[in-house]
Amino acid sequence: MEQNEKIKFEKEIKNFKVDLFEKKDMQGSLIPLLQSAQDSYGYIPEQAIYYISEMTSVPAADIYGVITFYAQFRLKPLGKNLIRICEGTACHVNGAKRILSALEDELGCGVDDTTDDGFFTLLSVACIGCCSLSPVIMVNDDTHGSLAPDKIKRVLKTYKNRKN
Amino acid sequence: MIQIKVGLGTCGISAGGESVYKELLNQIQTAGLDARVVGTGCMGRCFDEVLVEVIEDGLPSSLYANVTPEKAKRIITEHLVENNPIDEWIINHTPTGELEDLFPKQVRIVLRNCGKIDPQSIDEYIETGGYKAIEKALKQLTPNEIIDTVIRSGLRGRGGAGFSSGMKWKFAKEAQSDKKYLICNADEGDPGAFMDRSVLEGDPHAVLEGMMIAAFAIGADEAYIYCRAEYPHAIKRLKRAIQQCEERGYLGHGIFGSNFDFKIKIKEGAGAFVCGEETALMASIEGKRGVPKLRPPFPAQKGLWGKPTNINNVETFANVPWIILNGAEAYASYGTEKSKGTKVFALAGKIARSGLAEVPMGITINEIVYEVGGGIKGGHQFKAIQIGGPSGGCIPATMGDLRIDYDEINKTGAIMGSGGLIVLDETTCMVDLAKFFLNFTQNESCGKCTFCRIGTKRMLEILDRITIGEGKDGDIELLEDLAQKINIGSLCGLGQTAPNPVLTTIKYFREEYEAHIYRKKCPALNCSALLTYTIDDDKCNGCTLCVRKCESKAITGELKKLHTLDQSLCTKCGKCYEVCNFDAIIRN
Repeated sequence: MEQNEKIKFEKEIKNFKVDLFEKKDMQGSLIPLLQSAQDSYGYIPEQAIYYISEMTSVPAADIYGVITFYAQFRLKPLGKNLIRICEGTACHVNGAKRILSALEDELGCGVDDTTDDGFFTLLSVACIGCCSLSPVIMVNDDTHGSLAPDKIKRVLKTYKNRKN
Repeated sequence: MIQIKVGLGTCGISAGGESVYKELLNQIQTAGLDARVVGTGCMGRCFDEVLVEVIEDGLPSSLYANVTPEKAKRIITEHLVENNPIDEWIINHTPTGELEDLFPKQVRIVLRNCGKIDPQSIDEYIETGGYKAIEKALKQLTPNEIIDTVIRSGLRGRGGAGFSSGMKWKFAKEAQSDKKYLICNADEGDPGAFMDRSVLEGDPHAVLEGMMIAAFAIGADEAYIYCRAEYPHAIKRLKRAIQQCEERGYLGHGIFGSNFDFKIKIKEGAGAFVCGEETALMASIEGKRGVPKLRPPFPAQKGLWGKPTNINNVETFANVPWIILNGAEAYASYGTEKSKGTKVFALAGKIARSGLAEVPMGITINEIVYEVGGGIKGGHQFKAIQIGGPSGGCIPATMGDLRIDYDEINKTGAIMGSGGLIVLDETTCMVDLAKFFLNFTQNESCGKCTFCRIGTKRMLEILDRITIGEGKDGDIELLEDLAQKINIGSLCGLGQTAPNPVLTTIKYFREEYEAHIYRKKCPALNCSALLTYTIDDDKCNGCTLCVRKCESKAITGELKKLHTLDQSLCTKCGKCYEVCNFDAIIRN
């Protein structure tokens, strides 16, 4: 890990611990705490569940139940780049399925999975909310709209090029 | 002073609004102009984003559409430096200055400020008459008078169910308790709906003011806004707006010199559609799994942490300040006998002008599709609208004269819902669309009620079979039977309404189901397993493009010789159809 990344990592973990300390006695703090853990680690590591359980006195099994109920929470780490394919109604009627199969072909992995090199994670979301640009995918914070299956390769290439 | 506004709602940002914004700032600095660039929310014309409005003192404003950073540069140099507006990009007036109607047939009450003001500036909101309604409510009206005004305005819950908002407030007011809560439901979960997001991004103070009025009326001193985590821009702007109100003393103790105390907190949702249901939403705020509860007791008696609670949707709250300032009668002058005022719709799908539209209740479907939305994209045929999201249904084009009204829409088997309106053309397969929604509700079922959990799964399996050509005689009747049982056997709205997309498509497009089941054909040419690809001998010129694209080696042929397609090898992927430049692949 590079020095900068290391500092950033330690700061993020510290933020989570500060949050944990501040929110532990608040009413209904469990979901905000899990969100804070995920912001810090990129996912919810098992250890974080025990931390939260100890501080809030909510049994770890209950916390696990909450995590698996909500789509936002992940128990596995993410790849370096996050691809979100929108499967909202507008995207669906404008051919999101074909975009998805092009993505799966290109990446060699399915939804909720990470490529072997850990470079991309593919997630599906119900609606990104830019229906006028459908079909849409989001790579990290960039939105790519009005897509066709043959454009996918080019979109992914721009991110792969940044790798080198 | 020159003012330049850039559309920076999620739609504007996705279309590249931030880079346009930066380019404008750079260019102004380079040119040394005295101009202010501000970001505004969504004005509704999402299909035209990025929108840039140039306002010069004493001149009519010019609204530029589809602006890119390159175009932004030219706008600054040509329009502002050389004083030579680029007429062909301007959409709000003709070169001779005649104004264009950008919002035909629309009445903008909820969207009154969206796209006009800087949502991050409390002063701009106050300049448009903001926070005058809460001041009036606190200084001149009693809680009962406020509730009476809202009842008389005819405002009904804009989240979808359409219950009288004033009556809801009355029940919460009458509940006896030392503590009451108010909740703003901003968990806009319907795929294809983005009205609430646009209001929160474009005019967050209007929602806060509506909440203040409601809280004063029912006697609550604490509120939560439960907002989807997928709306980062909305959350950011809400946080900023709340902070500004606290600094001005509009939130806190003794607001406007009265004895009304009020605070608002934001809770981010964690991605569960069922949390749009009010009892599930409250469970989620309490930090639990978002599982609905049996009602009664209703939230007005026993809600969040066991205290009386009133929940309204974002759009409902945004209407309230306008009603208090302009009166119940002014609001009720729009609409039909039982559905008053306006409704914001998110138009998407196969429509030419997708975006947000606020129309008076009572407008017809045809008026929305053709006059507000500009008709169907790409010269296709209008087939149906899908309204109400996964709880709603499809209304066919033949019923285009139907008026938008809670009760009229309920009669069709669909529901008004929160305002997602997806327009469909002849290339949309109705069986596939029903499957899409059922797949959604099936995934989002919390699992508490057996009929919703397992019944929707069985319905989905049947639809899956139908769309791959394995439908059987009796499937339609079985779907109808299951639908009815899921409706009566589910506790909350999600389960009760989950079968609606299937039932309405069977009701109005039964022949499409029959074509899939008996003839093994998809009339919309959408369900890939039911398609056949053949080569048109007259059109094929032997370019070998399809031969190279065909992964299953079903197409063979040499350069400049007629190609052949072996049906037994064809996987029906459709790639040959997509790549052929000579329309020589026939799909049916």
